[in-house]
Amino acid sequence: MRKWGLMLAAATLSVAALSACSPAPTDTGTAASPGASPAGGAAATSPSRLDTIKSRGKLICGVEGTIPGFSFVDSEGKYSGLDVDICRAVAAAIFDVSDPATIDDKIEYRNLDSTARFPALASGEVDMLSRNTTWTISRSAPGGNNFAFAPTTFYDGQGMLVKKSLNASKLEDLAGKSICVETGTTTELNLADQMRKAGVQYNEVKFQDSDGVYAALAEGRCDAATSDRSQLAARRTTLPNPDDYVLMDVVMSKEPLGPLTVNNDARLFQIIEWVTYGLMQAEEFEITQANVDQVLSSTQDPAVKRFLGAEGDLGTQLGVTNDFMVNVIKVVGNYGEIYDRNVGANSTLKLDRGLNNLWTKGGLMYSPPFR
Amino acid sequence: MTTTFPSTSPPPVAQTGAIAWVRKNLFSSWFNTLLTVLIVAILSGMALDFSQWALTEAKWDVIPKNMGLFFTGRYPAAQRWRMWTLFGMMVVISGMTWGILAHAATRLFSRRIVIGFAIGAIATMLLPIHPRNHVILLSFLVLLAAGAWCGRWLTQTAPKVSQWWPAGWVLAYVLSLWLLAGGFGLKPVSSNDWGGFVLTVFMAVSSIVLCFPAGVLLALGRRSDLPIVRWLCTAFIEVVRGVPLIAWLFFGKFIFPDFLPVGSPTPNNLIRAIFVLAMFSAAYLAENVRGGLQAIPRGQTEASQALGLNPFLTTALIVLPQALKISIPAIVGQFISLFQDTTLLYLVDVQELLSMANTVLANPLFLGRRGEVYLFIGIIYWVSCYAMSVGSRRLERALSAEYRPVAIAGAEVQQREVGGT
Repeated sequence: MRKWGLMLAAATLSVAALSACSPAPTDTGTAASPGASPAGGAAATSPSRLDTIKSRGKLICGVEGTIPGFSFVDSEGKYSGLDVDICRAVAAAIFDVSDPATIDDKIEYRNLDSTARFPALASGEVDMLSRNTTWTISRSAPGGNNFAFAPTTFYDGQGMLVKKSLNASKLEDLAGKSICVETGTTTELNLADQMRKAGVQYNEVKFQDSDGVYAALAEGRCDAATSDRSQLAARRTTLPNPDDYVLMDVVMSKEPLGPLTVNNDARLFQIIEWVTYGLMQAEEFEITQANVDQVLSSTQDPAVKRFLGAEGDLGTQLGVTNDFMVNVIKVVGNYGEIYDRNVGANSTLKLDRGLNNLWTKGGLMYSPPFR
Repeated sequence: MTTTFPSTSPPPVAQTGAIAWVRKNLFSSWFNTLLTVLIVAILSGMALDFSQWALTEAKWDVIPKNMGLFFTGRYPAAQRWRMWTLFGMMVVISGMTWGILAHAATRLFSRRIVIGFAIGAIATMLLPIHPRNHVILLSFLVLLAAGAWCGRWLTQTAPKVSQWWPAGWVLAYVLSLWLLAGGFGLKPVSSNDWGGFVLTVFMAVSSIVLCFPAGVLLALGRRSDLPIVRWLCTAFIEVVRGVPLIAWLFFGKFIFPDFLPVGSPTPNNLIRAIFVLAMFSAAYLAENVRGGLQAIPRGQTEASQALGLNPFLTTALIVLPQALKISIPAIVGQFISLFQDTTLLYLVDVQELLSMANTVLANPLFLGRRGEVYLFIGIIYWVSCYAMSVGSRRLERALSAEYRPVAIAGAEVQQREVGGT
């Protein structure tokens, strides 16, 4: 961040010269009226980015764009991944869309790397982030980044992928070794903390993106690479000789990854929050993309009826349509389906559910009641 | 009387042919022989390693499966025909320009060019793409030749008309914008969905179009007699050149919106990126043009003043045309480097070719295929830059034909350089 401050100072100095010698291209903006909010039923009418999203007709969702299983563009040119499906779920709720084929017409994806993501969200360049961002106090505190984190969609932990030949079983065994790490991430900070705690000297080799980390590991430029365990497990399979590397048994940090948006925007935030919870609740109710219509027409369970909007006005209270969860499930399915399709059993990554299972099955996925 | 003849030495061994060339250039002394052997050993080792990787380890299926992504990004598949149309239009107009510029050549399709076409056709057939696309690409080669023939014919029958070829490019640019963005009868495609090589070219061309006039004006401003104009232009050039391009791109992306009035719409990401690229190149271009301006002898200005031309006409008709002709190589060098600089745009969320390569690498189906993908886009960049460089040399020759002194001076310099190596 300090880097930006310096640049801002330099840029401010130069902007006088810049604007004097060249025509200012876009100084014709009219004074906007952010307070113009629609008469929105029972929903709060405080100014919100939600109004901007609706009048724009598109949700701008910041994704990473190059994380296998979480966000990438497939060969057909469509965004794909777990993080991307969260964007789709939110858009389905906001725009009342139930067709998975047209949901991408309502979303603009922006690829943001780890240094660009927070300035982009804070400046309004994107409406929300769904890009492997760890929920921490400094990122959500008003004196820090001041962002509001929706429920975690993927519980991860920092691990260490090491060369088998090192015979390393604990961090102390890595004394004097080179460790590759992606810069600008919590991973980088955790590594420093953990190694200081263990009193181990090591060489840090930093990279701007994850591709560089694993390329360097494969080329032998570092002895170990550290990142989230999910990423390490996936990337290990793509190294030239996967069996030469082992995932160490240490878990160095908690990495709860989930969507987030700016703070102080309850109307937008609560939609993101409850859509995310709804995905987990749908799995608990065993409502899937395939059976949602049938459940809706045949269920006698009042909790399910409320959840799908056949009874009550939960959706209206949130500021979306009553059947918003029907739309969401039709577009992306429940949480379990999203997980299996992108990173779990039905994908090439085949990650265990582990902590990401429902609370009823020994995991941490737990939705507050919909009532 | 003596009958002996003075002994004659045998005729010298022929110093021509391949063997003599090799001996003269590669094995003339023991040191050169050592160097030759060493370098050949290293190069062949590398070539062997590479071909082993390319033929056995590399999994090339990542290229054909993502061809659409590399070239058009997330452009809707149903609208890709527009990209083909765009490409075809560019081919025709390039061919015509070539024909017009080469109208003075005795034969348009010399042996070298025919061989070039043959290589192009073979390379096209070898590309791992859909057979339908083979047909399209081959027909584009035919279109290129036809365009060249038309251009030449046009110049010979109606030279007045053919002088307007730059206007053809302006028209082509406008038509390209229409094909890309849609509207006026075509389905609109958001600029957020533009991507891949098409976007790379679009960003480069738009920046070049914008930076050229800006650069020329800055160069003139820096040599102006009006102190304020001179100071401002000098300050702009020095400030822009003093900060790295990537810092300017981040400035355009994150800080520039803060300067706009609160609530006013932020201009499109692509427009901001083009503006930054153009202004950055304009500062460098201004210095290139200034070099050209300084090379024009004072007598030219004085002569035009003696003829009664005012300062504006002196600059526009006498000084600038000569200065620009001199600066063409430097200006084209600047354009090529601008084209390569577009790769930096991937850091500010412009989905150009490099960015598409990175997203292909993130597809779980193609994890870890860095070598294949980066090699492929490297070839694309090389072909594009080499084409620009060849094109510029032809343009230079065509433009300098009527202005001997520069051509001769240029030739002398070239000769000296060749002799020096």
